[in-house]
Amino acid sequence: MSEKIRFASVWLGGCSGCHMSFLDLDEWLFDLAQAVEVVYSPVADIKAFPENVDVTLVEGAIANQDHLELIHTIRKNSKLVVSFGDCAVTGNVTAMRNPLGEADVVLSRAYQDAQFLNPQIPHDDGIVPPLTAQALPVHAVVPVDLYIPGCPPPAKRIRGVLQALLEGQSPEMIGREMLKFG
Amino acid sequence: MARTLTINDQEISAAEGQTLLEAARDAGIYIPTLCHLDGLTDVGACRLCLVEIVGSNKLMPACTTRVQEGMVVYTDTPRLRAYRRQIVELLFAERNHVCAVCVANGNCELQNMGIVVGMDHVRYDYLFPKLGVDLSHERFGMDHNRCILCTRCVRACDQIEGAHTLDVLGRGAHSMIVHDMNVPWGEATTCTSCGKCVMACPTGALFKQGSTVAEMVHNAEKLAFLRAARERRVWNV
Amino acid sequence: MNLEELNAIAHSERLAQAQKRHHLHVCVGTACQALNSEQIAKALQAALKQRGLQQDAAVKCVGCPGLCSLGPLVEVISKEDSAGPRSLLYQFVKTEDADEIVAHLGGEPVKRLETPLDQPFFTRQLKIVLENCGKVDPERIEDYIAVGGYQALMKVLTEMTPQQVIDEITRSGLRGRGGAGFPTGLKWGTVAKADPNRYPTNVPEGIQSRKFVICNGDEGDPGAFMDRSVMEGDPHRVLEGMAIAGYAVGANYGFIYVRAEYPLAVKRLRTAIRQAQRAGLLGSNIGGTPFSFNVEIRLGAGAFVCGEETALIASIEGGRGLPRPRPPFPAEFGLWGCPTLINNVETLANVPPIILKGADWFASIGTEKSKGTKVFALTGQVKHTGLIEVPMGITLREIVFDIGGGMPEGKSFKAVQTGGPSGGCIPAEFLDMPVDYESLAKVGSIMGSGGMIVMDDSTDMVEVARFFMEFCMDESCGKCIPCRAGTVQIHRLLTKIQQGRATERDLQTLEELCDLVKHTSLCGLGQSAPNPVISTLKYFREEYLAKIKREPSVSANGKRVEEHG
Repeated sequence: MSEKIRFASVWLGGCSGCHMSFLDLDEWLFDLAQAVEVVYSPVADIKAFPENVDVTLVEGAIANQDHLELIHTIRKNSKLVVSFGDCAVTGNVTAMRNPLGEADVVLSRAYQDAQFLNPQIPHDDGIVPPLTAQALPVHAVVPVDLYIPGCPPPAKRIRGVLQALLEGQSPEMIGREMLKFG
Repeated sequence: MARTLTINDQEISAAEGQTLLEAARDAGIYIPTLCHLDGLTDVGACRLCLVEIVGSNKLMPACTTRVQEGMVVYTDTPRLRAYRRQIVELLFAERNHVCAVCVANGNCELQNMGIVVGMDHVRYDYLFPKLGVDLSHERFGMDHNRCILCTRCVRACDQIEGAHTLDVLGRGAHSMIVHDMNVPWGEATTCTSCGKCVMACPTGALFKQGSTVAEMVHNAEKLAFLRAARERRVWNV
Repeated sequence: MNLEELNAIAHSERLAQAQKRHHLHVCVGTACQALNSEQIAKALQAALKQRGLQQDAAVKCVGCPGLCSLGPLVEVISKEDSAGPRSLLYQFVKTEDADEIVAHLGGEPVKRLETPLDQPFFTRQLKIVLENCGKVDPERIEDYIAVGGYQALMKVLTEMTPQQVIDEITRSGLRGRGGAGFPTGLKWGTVAKADPNRYPTNVPEGIQSRKFVICNGDEGDPGAFMDRSVMEGDPHRVLEGMAIAGYAVGANYGFIYVRAEYPLAVKRLRTAIRQAQRAGLLGSNIGGTPFSFNVEIRLGAGAFVCGEETALIASIEGGRGLPRPRPPFPAEFGLWGCPTLINNVETLANVPPIILKGADWFASIGTEKSKGTKVFALTGQVKHTGLIEVPMGITLREIVFDIGGGMPEGKSFKAVQTGGPSGGCIPAEFLDMPVDYESLAKVGSIMGSGGMIVMDDSTDMVEVARFFMEFCMDESCGKCIPCRAGTVQIHRLLTKIQQGRATERDLQTLEELCDLVKHTSLCGLGQSAPNPVISTLKYFREEYLAKIKREPSVSANGKRVEEHG
């Protein structure tokens, strides 16, 4: 059986910087493409998160209702869930709203207090998913198998992890190269 | 008089009255710590330097334990490693340490400690307390979100500068570093604006206003230099 | 004052008391006083006057006789009445009852108020520390002298060397009653030998001592009131113990550190110090000997951690009440850098009887390693709550079911918690275990200062653990990280379990955190804070498991856990 590894990456409550860093892998991406089949990703136009995924990189914190629903599907359908970058691992910048209070406080701070032209909180159904009370790291919601810190994780670190996974090893997350937050 | 002891199965020689931390460092053995700073008295508060001493059923802080003849010490057992990681995780969960947007990013002892203890994530709930940033001083700032309450600034202000502008208010998780009788820094009349607290700070809690991330280096070793120069007339450290 | 003068006071006081045929003892401890017992004493006095019985009977305000749940209590001790010499105890007394009580003096008891004195609550106790509580007027030094007070001090000053005193305490087997059970004689010996010049000292001007005795009266455990009752009911006993300790270790100055929440104890101690100074039993050249000893009271400002000895010392020195790592121990490096003896109130109250009756007498009471008695504040789900003193080695069953009278109707026993917020919960299977330092430690609890809370089958053990963890979290001084941040996370996990949001992973995290806080905290507060969690996890694990979610984690609806503003 030489079936390709079913690989997914998702972009939740984050800035997409982790995915940018992923793209910094440049030509190594060709090697990766040889080994994996990308079944879901913000860089691929696939609407629904598929079943039987081998590895899913999750960028971003769990910050709204859509993230909350998706992360449970991801966990259910993925063998290995990887928290990809500081927002997924710690909440990071996305979670900086948490000390302010719950969603309503945050929304009025952003859309009312700080505005002087027509301040109002977007309220039409379906415009934006409702925020969760707090932005949370992924492992606060579902079990996570592997953590790649960094804001963003340097391309070298991402490659280190993925290469080990492709070789069937569990990556050694030690030392400044692999572990530094921020 | 010299004392002979064993640290991690390595026989070392230490001066009488030296702490285990000093003796280990002289012998090239690293013991992690956050509340210790050369030049300041030790308080044994961060508990990262706890070591196992054969014959003692308690873990002892290396920073306040004096060497004894024949002591057999272990500084890096699996149990100690597990405890150290837990302690560092507790610190990251306690306040809002966001390395990505912190002025100390890359020059932070807490961030480094995360790497030392192998912390890839924090198992505890982040508490996300609502804390302020005091920018009332014209040159310096204090961000309570980044403070780990090591009291190095308090000790530097008291013991090196002699001003004692800083101290701790409240207790437990509500402890806060305050200036004078809890006034904004800029209104603290005892503050000499010497900046030694900023030098002493291990994280981004105390910083020079206007400095970029790359510029914000603490220079904590200057404090030890000052102490040595004053007390022992040693100028060439 | 010398021994003859002391004896003369004792003699004349006893003579005066012997003139009365009836003595009416009214408890004026905090609990009974809160129920107006001082007014009852006045009403009894007025009733005696009205009936012209002042020559015949006397009213005395006394310390706590122990059975707080039946207060206000009045004990009537009659030399002779219709039934010969006897004592009667009246419960739930009101001021309106005064005249009826007086009218019945020497005749039939007031049946509706009487509660038997031969009930197990009293008969199973053995009183050494509390022997004067409920008997002497804490505000009259003569009354204390009449029952042999200050005889022990005179004895050590005139007949014994300091070393002999230390030897006597050592041989008695007395151990610290503050909780840890350190051998008292060994501690005294260490302070006596300690060189006051070893460390730089910083003693304030006007204090002529280079060693100190501190009496730790910062009793902070929720539900504990042993030390308060001793300080309120027999304050001279504490002073006498301190002076003897001072003589033994070579200290001329002592501090009593009392929490400010004990105003009555402070008032009575102040009165006692004044009286003892006036009588020459404190101050310079006590009993005509070269020994001088002064005592000062310092008030605690409401921090639990100040019961920890190094934090207490920092507080007396005027600093923040923060503990520091030991060694050096206070015995060598204590108050203002001087060798300092710190003993708990109950420990010091044990000293005078040991000196008078001898080490052998004391060592004959209790178990092999735990000698003498222990005072407990018995509370919770038992019929009789109050202050009790029992010989070491008594079983928990005897305390709970005999002295405490067992569970209220329809309830069954579940657990007993000893040692306050730092103690563990002991289940029914250990009811027949002897109460001593080692046995309690073996089952995961501690003797502690003497809090004892009985729980019935309706008690939620996770909630018990959460309650005590909340206490420790609030009382953590914040100096060391495991205690400051660890207790917060433990409390949060317990809350999560209570709310049904926790997973098995959380349970594992909880156990790891308890282990961390226990073994890495700086002082006793943190080191013992996890005990209630650890012991309930050990003995009542099924209660935790019943609240844990089975399926692999689905927490976060993103709701903030409501706690810890």
